[in-house]
This record gives sequence, C-alpha cells and structure tokens, in this order.
Amino acid sequence: MTEPAILPFFAAGHDPGPSFVELLRHLAPDALAAPLGERRPDTFEITHATTVVAIRSVDGVVMAGDRRATAGHSIANRRIEKVFAADEHSGVAIAGAAGPAVEMVRLFQVQLRHYEKVEGEQLSLEGKANQLAQMVRANLPAAMQGFVVIPLFAGFDHRRQRGRVFSYDATGGKYEEADYQTNGSGGVHARNWIKSGWHEGLSSDDGVALAIRSLFAAADEDAATGGPDLVRGIYPMVAIIDTDGFRLLDDDDVAARSQELLGGAERGGAESHGNGANS
Amino acid sequence: MNMPFYVSPEQMMKDRADYARKGIARGRSLVALECDAGVVIVAENPSRTLYKISEIYDRIAFAGVGKYNEFQSLKIGGVRLADLKGYQYSPEDVSASSLANAYAQTLGQVFTHEMKPYEVEILVAQVGATPDEPNQLFHILYDGTVMDEEGFMVLGGEAERIAETVGAAFTKDISLADAVKLGARSLANDGENLSAGQLEVALLDRAHPSRAFRRIKGDELDALLG
Repeated sequence: MTEPAILPFFAAGHDPGPSFVELLRHLAPDALAAPLGERRPDTFEITHATTVVAIRSVDGVVMAGDRRATAGHSIANRRIEKVFAADEHSGVAIAGAAGPAVEMVRLFQVQLRHYEKVEGEQLSLEGKANQLAQMVRANLPAAMQGFVVIPLFAGFDHRRQRGRVFSYDATGGKYEEADYQTNGSGGVHARNWIKSGWHEGLSSDDGVALAIRSLFAAADEDAATGGPDLVRGIYPMVAIIDTDGFRLLDDDDVAARSQELLGGAERGGAESHGNGANS
Repeated sequence: MNMPFYVSPEQMMKDRADYARKGIARGRSLVALECDAGVVIVAENPSRTLYKISEIYDRIAFAGVGKYNEFQSLKIGGVRLADLKGYQYSPEDVSASSLANAYAQTLGQVFTHEMKPYEVEILVAQVGATPDEPNQLFHILYDGTVMDEEGFMVLGGEAERIAETVGAAFTKDISLADAVKLGARSLANDGENLSAGQLEVALLDRAHPSRAFRRIKGDELDALLG
C-alpha cells in the first residue's frame, strides 16, 4: 500500500462517494480479497464458524452464537466470536469460512461508519442489509471454492419501531425473516428448538433464554457446535438489540442464565438414553 | 513581442494570503475548549443541517470556518484517510497529528499550485483515551501553516477579539457547562450569549473513547446554556 501523504481527492466521475469499499478499490485494491486460483487443493483445510441464531422479540432482536470453530474434525478455536455489533443499532452473526467472514464483518463495520461520517446521517436498516448483501455477493468466487460466508443481520429499525432479521445465501440473496432465523451446521437443530418456543410478544429475556437453549440443543446434536464449557467458563455470545442499541451480555450474565436452564429438559434426555452413544 | 507583467513572488503570496483571509473573515467564527468532559467545540452556525463540526474518527473531530464547500471536501478527505489507515493498520494507529500533517500538506499544495487558495481555517482535535493522556488541538491555516495549541483555540475572522474574551475567563479543567457558556458569550459581538438556535456544539467525550464524538443540541444544549 502507498500511504497518501496528502488527502485523497478524486476527479468528478471517479469519486467513491460515501462507499468505503469503492475507496479501497481506488486506493488500496490489494486490501480487498483477491480472486482465488482455479481450485482449492484438497489438503487446504478451512476453519469454519458454526451455529448462530437471531430471534425477534417484542423489544427488538436477540442474537447469539456458540464459540466453537472447526477445521475438518479438529476444533480450531474454542473462543471464536461470531456475534458482532455492526454499528450502534444493528448486529451481524457469522457462519461459514471463519477467515473471510471475520474480514467481511470488519469491512462492513467500517463501511457503515464511513457512510455515516461522510453523509452526516446513518443508513436505513434496509440500506445496511443491502450493503451486506453486496459484500456476500462479492465473496461469490471464494464461495465457489468452498469459502462460503453466510451472515445473519439484525437490528432495530427506528423508522418502523421494531426489530428485523435478515438472512443471506452464498450468492448475496437477501431475505427478510418474519420472526427468527438460524445458520451454520447446527442451525437446523437450533431452529427446531426456537420454532417450538417462539411466540408473538416474546420478551427479550425469554428470547435470550430461547437462544441459549437452542444453542445447547444444537451442540447436543452437532459436533461442530460448542456447548457451554463449565471447565473453562466459555459460554455462548448473546446480544440484545433494542431501542437502546446493541449490547453484548457479559459472560457472568450468560453463565447464570445457562445454569438456570441446564438441568431441565436436556437432563431428562441424557438419562433416558443412558450411555448408549458410547457403546 | 508581448512582455508579461512581472509579479514578485512576495507580492504573489501576499495577494493570495489576502484573498484567503478576506474569504475567511466573511464567515462566522468558532472556538474549541478543553474541559473536564473532554474537548468541546462551539460554533456560531444558524443552520440545522449544514455542519461546521464533524466526526473524523473514534476520538478525532474536525471543524472548519470559511467557505463551506471547501472545508466540507477537506472533512471528507480526512474521513477517508483516517478510515483507510484504521482499516489497514488498527484504530489505535489513527492520530490527529498525522491527519494534521496531511491537511497541512494538502492546503500548502493548493496555496502555491492551484488557481486560488482555499478560503478556510480548520482545526483537528483529539481527546485522550485515558484520564492521563493529553488532548491534542491542531490549528491549520489556508496556506498549510500548522500550530498546536493548548487550552483553547479560536478560528475565524474575529479570532483576536474572541480569544481575548475566552482567555480572560478560561481555566484548566473548566466544566462542560461553563465552557459552552464561555464559548457562546465569546462568539457574540455584544457581550450577550448567543442562543441555542444560533449555535452548533459538539463534544469529544473522554468517557466514551471508542466513539467520543457527539453533538450537543436541543434540551441538553438549553440546559448547559442555563
């Protein structure tokens, strides 16, 4: 990168406007993900981040994710973070290839704030969701090689005064979800759990409980999803987004809520199956 | 054969400087003060939408006086430079001093090379990340001259008169309310405070180092002005 000693100015017609991605394209194209070669070698193991959920509540949205990253059959990381504040009033949760996903989140965060500073006002929630869709679409060549990144995006829409949840597919397709969505290898288990517990008017607290429980259910069934780790004190990341903005619950809070839940239905399940899984 | 008029370099620079100063003097002034809460910037600006004070980065603010479109494009240039640096290195590596240097280089270039100099004066302010870390205030003139100042800084055509008023009452660790009132009083011509409707106020809040910039307006501003 050549660091400009003086301010970057652009001729009319070449101005990147409020887009940080366009700015990078002009001034530091190497910083954007390079197109990949023909084919990924089979020996190249991708680190995957797994299960994340977003649940609409009466006050806004609850987002949560487990903490495990896997590479093949190995655990690559026990404490990976999958839930991020996109800005003060929205969050993004990632599943898929961890490297490009984390980089996409960083670019998305800068992009949202860059827009706000240049334009003097924030993008609408819909505008933010569309920006993320463009970034997922830009990742399509990498996705074709196995580096798929599929985020969940959620936020509090101040114009409509309610929480909204958006999901994506690998081509950048953006779909607004009515009530909740999950993603990643354990997503289907989490979704089933949420489906049975979700109702209109769900409070944020109940949403958090449902999120923690659904991740526990996913970890129970899916090897790539990490459950609460009592030995190391590792718990899912849980965030609440409401009219006050995005806030991550601290570990002690999530630990206490997890303790409350465990020993419920899951315990009964364990007893009825005995040690069958190990025999 | 045509003989072009000879203009001495001294005369040419003086003409340009006079031109820039006249443009700046036509606009309204602003003052930045270090206070207990951080750095507060008070500008005379009756517009609710065309801002003179802006956020550049997590702990860095920008303010300009003079020609609106010129300091606006300088602001956007600063945002671009800061975001690029923060993205490619780390947010901690973005500093007011390197931004001030980039502004000085740019304004210096324009002053000597372009058809006309920018009719602006700008400030770049950074609030310390910790209680011990000092704030930084940079004052950059239309020709690229940079000054770093402590305590308070005045920009605009009537800087001398305003600086006298501020200097007489300014103390280290002045409260936010007193700083805003002092700013409002010093910017007024007649010793009366400017009212909330004539002011644009923003604070770099030391208590929020991850995103220190916020505008003070409405009820909060009324309360501070007392």
